Amino acid sequence: MSVQTTERVGLQNAQQLRTKTLPTWSPWAVAAAALVVSFVLVYLTSWGGAVLTGVVAAVLFVLFLGIAATVVEGSRSARNRMATTLIYGAFLLALAPLISVAWTLISKGTTRLDGNFFGTSMNNIGAFDEKGGAYHAIIGTLEQAGIATLITVPLGILGAIYIVEYGRGFLANAIRFFVDVMTGIPSIVSGLFILSFWVFTVTPLFNNGQARYSGFAAALSLSVLMLPTVVRSTEEMLRLVPSALREGAYALGVARWKTIVSIVLPTAGPGIVTGVMLAVARAAGETAPVLLVAGGLSSINFNVFSGNQSSLSLYVFEQAGVASEFAPGRAWTAALTLVVLVLVLTVAAKLLARRNKLAR
Amino acid sequence: MNFKRHGIMAGIALTATLALTACGSDNETPSTTSSNGGSAPASAINCAKGSLTAQGSSAQKNAMDEWIKAYQLKCTDAKIDYQGTGSGAGITAFSGGTADFAGSDSALKDGDETTKAAARCGGSPALNLPMVTGPIAIAYNLDGVKDLQLKPETLAKIFAGSITKWDDAAIKADNSSATLPSTPILAVHRSDSSGTTENFTGYLDKASAGAWTFGKDKVWKATGGQAEKGSDGVAAAVKKTAGSIGYVEWSFAKANSLGTAKIYNGAGEFTALTGAAAGKTVAGAKITGTGDDLKLSIDYATKEAGAYPIVLVTYEIVCSKGIAADKLALVKGFLGYTASTEGQAVLDKLGYAPLPESVQTKVAASIKNLA
Amino acid sequence: MLFRGTATFAGSMVLIIIAAIAVFLVVKAIPAFQDDTENFFTFKEWFTDGDTPRFGIAATAFGTVLTAALALLIAVPVALGIALCLSHYAHRRVATTLSFIIDLLAAVPSVVFGLWGRDYFYEPVTNLSKWLHDTVGWLPIFGSEGPYGKSVLLGSIVLAIMILPIVTSLSREVFLQTPRENQEAALALGSTKWEMIRTAVIPYGKAGIIASVMLGLGRALGETIALALTLGSVFAINWDFLGPGGITIASNIANRFGEADEFGRSALIASGLVLFAITLVVNMAARAIVYRRREFVGSA
Repeated sequence: MSVQTTERVGLQNAQQLRTKTLPTWSPWAVAAAALVVSFVLVYLTSWGGAVLTGVVAAVLFVLFLGIAATVVEGSRSARNRMATTLIYGAFLLALAPLISVAWTLISKGTTRLDGNFFGTSMNNIGAFDEKGGAYHAIIGTLEQAGIATLITVPLGILGAIYIVEYGRGFLANAIRFFVDVMTGIPSIVSGLFILSFWVFTVTPLFNNGQARYSGFAAALSLSVLMLPTVVRSTEEMLRLVPSALREGAYALGVARWKTIVSIVLPTAGPGIVTGVMLAVARAAGETAPVLLVAGGLSSINFNVFSGNQSSLSLYVFEQAGVASEFAPGRAWTAALTLVVLVLVLTVAAKLLARRNKLAR
Repeated sequence: MNFKRHGIMAGIALTATLALTACGSDNETPSTTSSNGGSAPASAINCAKGSLTAQGSSAQKNAMDEWIKAYQLKCTDAKIDYQGTGSGAGITAFSGGTADFAGSDSALKDGDETTKAAARCGGSPALNLPMVTGPIAIAYNLDGVKDLQLKPETLAKIFAGSITKWDDAAIKADNSSATLPSTPILAVHRSDSSGTTENFTGYLDKASAGAWTFGKDKVWKATGGQAEKGSDGVAAAVKKTAGSIGYVEWSFAKANSLGTAKIYNGAGEFTALTGAAAGKTVAGAKITGTGDDLKLSIDYATKEAGAYPIVLVTYEIVCSKGIAADKLALVKGFLGYTASTEGQAVLDKLGYAPLPESVQTKVAASIKNLA
Repeated sequence: MLFRGTATFAGSMVLIIIAAIAVFLVVKAIPAFQDDTENFFTFKEWFTDGDTPRFGIAATAFGTVLTAALALLIAVPVALGIALCLSHYAHRRVATTLSFIIDLLAAVPSVVFGLWGRDYFYEPVTNLSKWLHDTVGWLPIFGSEGPYGKSVLLGSIVLAIMILPIVTSLSREVFLQTPRENQEAALALGSTKWEMIRTAVIPYGKAGIIASVMLGLGRALGETIALALTLGSVFAINWDFLGPGGITIASNIANRFGEADEFGRSALIASGLVLFAITLVVNMAARAIVYRRREFVGSA
């Protein structure tokens, strides 16, 4: 260790007393200098415009700050300052596109925010008609997500119960591992699976050999996507249930299954609901599976078991591909509707999670 | 907090949402303020009850939408659904029995397609009825160039990727008076299989004197360029990208206010795209089908003065005999309307061209013979 | 016993479904493999119509990997920066709110990002492409003269924005788990904050970071709709990032499915099988890393 470093060993406050530091206004000064230099550089060489000036200024800011800090405070402190700047910079960089998405959603999504949009379908709407709505798509999303939830929740909760309460050994480990792996299955693969399995293999048995696309198939495909999320979150909640509660029940002679149903599950209840809501939110936004197995339809179809159906996300995708001047308005309004639906579910789930007594 | 309470809350929320949304309707009556909504005179419509499902060519989707709208507004007991799934899917659905008729950009091919369709019709042949014809526009987006003129060889080379700059000697030769920028060309084609592509490549194959080497096909075989889904996608991409060129049905070019190129025809002149100019090419088409089958063969090198040579003919494919009893009246009523003078009159505004009278009367006669 | 059996069955459903996915995809893909007149793994284009179908996944698989890799390259440094910002730099209350917002972003449907990318974001990316070409056009990857529209660059950036929240929130949790003792020990030895992060936080979270990156990769490989809207759908293998182009297995399925006939759909299922295999391997590797780390740390 050199003399210089040994000098610095000690409490941070003490260090500040001894070593020189840059004054608090210095970053601002450096920023101003960087901006000026960058402006001169960019416009003298006519390299680019305002955007490039900003980018170059940002790079120069990090550089200048580093140099200034090296001179005054030493290289270690300089690296610290540069890292801090880059870390905050990453944040600002990511914020820009996200704000743009949000702004576009709100500004474009309100163009068709009217009763007609929510009360009618696209039946009888041609390329030159300005009306047309997403009622049929909203119905599709609600029905498909609803059925998917009905299928997934019992299956997912029971699966988690197995893992936590009964599972031992190889099978339980394998299930736990593949639940995690399954969360990574792309939605389009889930769609292709239900297409091969349900639409091409099962439905022909009931329809004189005709493959039948349906909203139910879409629901099945969404359940494949939801199942691992529900199992995983339920598993985590069940693990948080204090074992004292279980042991107390056993001591009173309550059967194991009854303990689980009437003690463990209600305790973990809110947490499980949170997990389910998050899974539903994700499933409701999926487009690819619905495109593959429900096919889309322009008119209203309440029957999930027979005939094509649309969904909000598919509706957005379809309208995105229509060259009518009225289509973008419909697409963005549907996108806004979908995002609001998904965010309401997500926010509700997160708020519920905060009130959950089990998780901290 | 327990399970039950959340269940009840969820139940209430669900019921509320359903109650709120359970008042939507399919029977949207479109406003008549749009350029052509509900403008078709009702006199030509023979109403029938029942429902039809049809699918196929997306090229005729805009026309079908208008016709279905007009028909359903007049005949409240009729329900007709046309999905623009593409010609190939339409023919498959028709042969498989899930579609009552199919829209297709090409007639049934001899062999497998024809036999399968005939089997579906209980042994009687399926008919190809030309219903919607229209010009294919060569839409482009090039600042400062208003009247682009192209010979078929030049067009073929652009789409084959051998001409890559707008100031290429070949393009200059076609446009002696225009100042062309040296920007690169983006040739936009269809990513899905489509009858528009088939008709366009068919034209290039016949008219470009060997400059097009990829033959006639539903799918795009040349390399390079950018692919877009549907004519909608092509039109949108051309509109958005400076220096781009693409082929779309005229209606899509119109809907996006895109510039369209003048094309050099067999008579030796650059012809602008108009309904009448395209009609001249269609009128010169020969009927190669027999009996009630009205398959057309187009002469792309037509010598007719003022003819715009790149046209698309789309057919309705329907059983000549053996249509289910509950569907027959509706099939005849609906297709009879689409083939009528009133029905065809709708097309011009949409960017299609009406059938030439000689063909139209034959189509109407064939529809009367359906059983 | 009945309850236990039901639970066991429900748990096993996960294994059954994964096995069933493999089985059904293989069964439905067999006709496509049999009738393909080209090598499925080396042929670049996709012609499934007609009597001699010729198709292969070379270009789509290449595009899938390229787009995902580029997206990771863009997203990971930024995501790690944000994660550190949230775990160690920002004020706690601010960090909680921001983490909440990041989690919300992960829930925004991909079709929304796709639509935004295609209709609005393409403009800055077009400008960026022009600038890159003018400035460093001698690099082959920036060699395209345009016109710039739907390109690998546009698709990758949109994809990067989409996987950002996932990688961020996973690695943030990893960073937060760094034992307090390790951090304080580093500080007590006189480390600056950055040195503390470099010597205590990052080494501790290494496996977790790798796992979160691989999970992001899994997401990126399977993303469908956003890329179907922002890539140029050109079947080619090249390193041109700026020009019209780009395609992935998933975007090809979404674009071709509607108009494909029965055989065409079988061919698309065959390509989906390949995608399934790739993502399965990536995800299993990611999970294996997480599991090993858990044993190492000694906490479940």
